[in-house]
Amino acid sequence: MFGSLTNFESLFDELRRMEQDVDELFGRWAAPAGIRSVSRGTFPPTNVGATANTVDVYLFAPGLDPKGFEVSVQQNLLLVSGERRLPLEEKATYYRQERFGGEFRRVITLPEDVDANRVEAKYRDGILQISLQRKEAARPRQIQVQ
Amino acid sequence: MSDAQEIATRPASEVQAKETGTGRTAGLVLRPPADVFEDAEGITLHLDMPGVSKERLSVQTDKNTLTVEGDVQIAMPESMEALYAEVHSTHYRRSFTLSGELEPDKTEANLKDGVLTLRIPKRSELRPRRIDVRAV
Repeated sequence: MFGSLTNFESLFDELRRMEQDVDELFGRWAAPAGIRSVSRGTFPPTNVGATANTVDVYLFAPGLDPKGFEVSVQQNLLLVSGERRLPLEEKATYYRQERFGGEFRRVITLPEDVDANRVEAKYRDGILQISLQRKEAARPRQIQVQ
Repeated sequence: MSDAQEIATRPASEVQAKETGTGRTAGLVLRPPADVFEDAEGITLHLDMPGVSKERLSVQTDKNTLTVEGDVQIAMPESMEALYAEVHSTHYRRSFTLSGELEPDKTEANLKDGVLTLRIPKRSELRPRRIDVRAV
């Protein structure tokens, strides 16, 4: 069940290529953006993957208390918010401050067949994974030919 | 702050040249965002590397260089398709050049919830000393 990492990479590489192709076809500016889409670089960076039965959202949000996440689902909209506190060392000289600090909030539009009542969230190594089951009726069904 | 005390990143071209040389990291490499600060005892780095566990992290130091590398591991079903992605790689890598008054052999590393904290102490004889000014 553990997909290989190379598999994962090629999966997203493929997506990126497609995205570039689309960009070239229509031009970055002409293509309409999703009404809830955000610019790249928004914290936390997010990947969404799907299987026939589930939709999985991966939020790359390191250094947070799992209890600090506010996760809710409204039909096919997933809302995740929280706050990342980065206390400053007072007697230190800072050379770089590249990490994100402060409040964040993301809204992710999911496929319409997710079941808002069957959602699980777990936090491990700084990644928040939210798994949503798809509604039974929407799953592809294998039909036996007699 | 004198030049010698600066901890600086390597020029991007230098790092990239190295990366394309090895087959494994020929693809995309994530550059983990870092906070770097210095106090009287040493330099501290915080690096965001979500998805990296202790087993898949490597911190290497020599006299002049600190290199941090890590791989993201996510449990994922074989049949999963990507619907949307902002993170396009699973490999992190970043290097820093060190300066002479630091003791990289005594670097302490701590990884928690995808945040790597590195503490590089200064040689005790080279720590700044506070000089009291006496009124005469």
